[in-house]
Amino acid sequence: MKFNKELLLKPLSRANPVLVLVLGVCSTLAVTAQIKPALVMGISVTIVTAFSNLIVSLLRNGIPNRIRIIVQLVVVAALVIIVEQLLKAFAYDMWKSLSVFLGLIITNCILMGRLEAFALGNKPLDSFLDGLGNGLGYAIILFIVAFFRELLGSGTLFGFKVIPESVYRAGYSNNGLMILPPMALIVVGCIIWVQRSIRKDLQEK
Amino acid sequence: MDKNSNLYTYLYASVMVVLVALALAFTNGLLKEKQKKNVELDKMAQILQSVKVESTAATAETLYNETITAAYLVDSKGVVIESDARKTFLVDVSKEVAKLAVNRRLPVYEAAVGGQKKYILPVYGTGLWGPLWGYVSLNDDKRTIFAASFSHQGETPGLGAEIAYKPFQQQFEGKSLFRKGVFTSIGVLKSGQHDDKRDAVDAISGGTITSKGLEAMLQNSLGAYNAFLNKP
Repeated sequence: MKFNKELLLKPLSRANPVLVLVLGVCSTLAVTAQIKPALVMGISVTIVTAFSNLIVSLLRNGIPNRIRIIVQLVVVAALVIIVEQLLKAFAYDMWKSLSVFLGLIITNCILMGRLEAFALGNKPLDSFLDGLGNGLGYAIILFIVAFFRELLGSGTLFGFKVIPESVYRAGYSNNGLMILPPMALIVVGCIIWVQRSIRKDLQEK
Repeated sequence: MDKNSNLYTYLYASVMVVLVALALAFTNGLLKEKQKKNVELDKMAQILQSVKVESTAATAETLYNETITAAYLVDSKGVVIESDARKTFLVDVSKEVAKLAVNRRLPVYEAAVGGQKKYILPVYGTGLWGPLWGYVSLNDDKRTIFAASFSHQGETPGLGAEIAYKPFQQQFEGKSLFRKGVFTSIGVLKSGQHDDKRDAVDAISGGTITSKGLEAMLQNSLGAYNAFLNKP
């Protein structure tokens, strides 16, 4: 089996699901107020996307066309429930802070998008790599957005205070707006702006 | 068999559903005990939080056993109806609160904090989007609040969800549930409002419904303990 490294690398930047395909933006807004939940969400989505891509690709020749979307949905939902149950058993605090958002992975467009666009028409290993790549591309963006939102909105990183007291006393205060979802959208917009300026191939004529 | 025929489609869907159901039931069966334990540890941590004892998943059980000296159920007349601590702990407060006050089984936890006795009472109510719950601890006089911890399921972050944080909860410290020997609970008032008849705290700006829900929760849950609190 050939290991197609392009499938893994393309979604990290050139075909990033959030920045270029503009998929999965809702959860990017919801879980990025702090880095820790953002990372857990990123890892969960990566695992679910990779394995649902793998499973659907293995099943692709037997799925009746009429219930295609439903079968994809069942695969994704089952995987997400299993991930949720594992978190609830082994990482309860994380489960508490992610609660509703975990179930919402099922509705994350990245998953259905890759299943329809790739897994249904490609070999299992390729599909697995594609899922892994897209999940990682999503996770990277989550991390970057959460980094700025937590730093500027709470003065912490990973929960640890990084802005010294002296800066607060000099008049600086945390930007409360950063904790609210709209700022996440603006941060994503800024990242898209930076990415397009650097990569000429992404600029529309 | 033709992949797109009706028969195949039905068969495929049926087999898929059965397999997935089996897989999920199997996973749940494997993990259930661990999950139940986590829920219990979380409850212990919340009870400890109501007497200002911070804990983690690793330390919760030990700290709980050290701090909580007794747990029993009382009825609406203040009579102890169950003295087993474990059975008390397992009582589902959300179900008790739905009953009429005379029918409720009311859990009481006693704690030893800094050499002093505290009483911890669970509360349960409704917010804007879902349930609210928490624990209110009282000093030995059974009148003054020592501390309180509140939680919720889905209140709005930054608004109603603020009830879960220290700045809101710390307002309750030192407030009295009684005025002139009569149970008045605690008011949760919007800025500008005054209440001369009872102690009150500030509601959350922008979180009116959650705040009012919390006020009602305290009135409804703690009111049932009236007889117990009045006992010498």
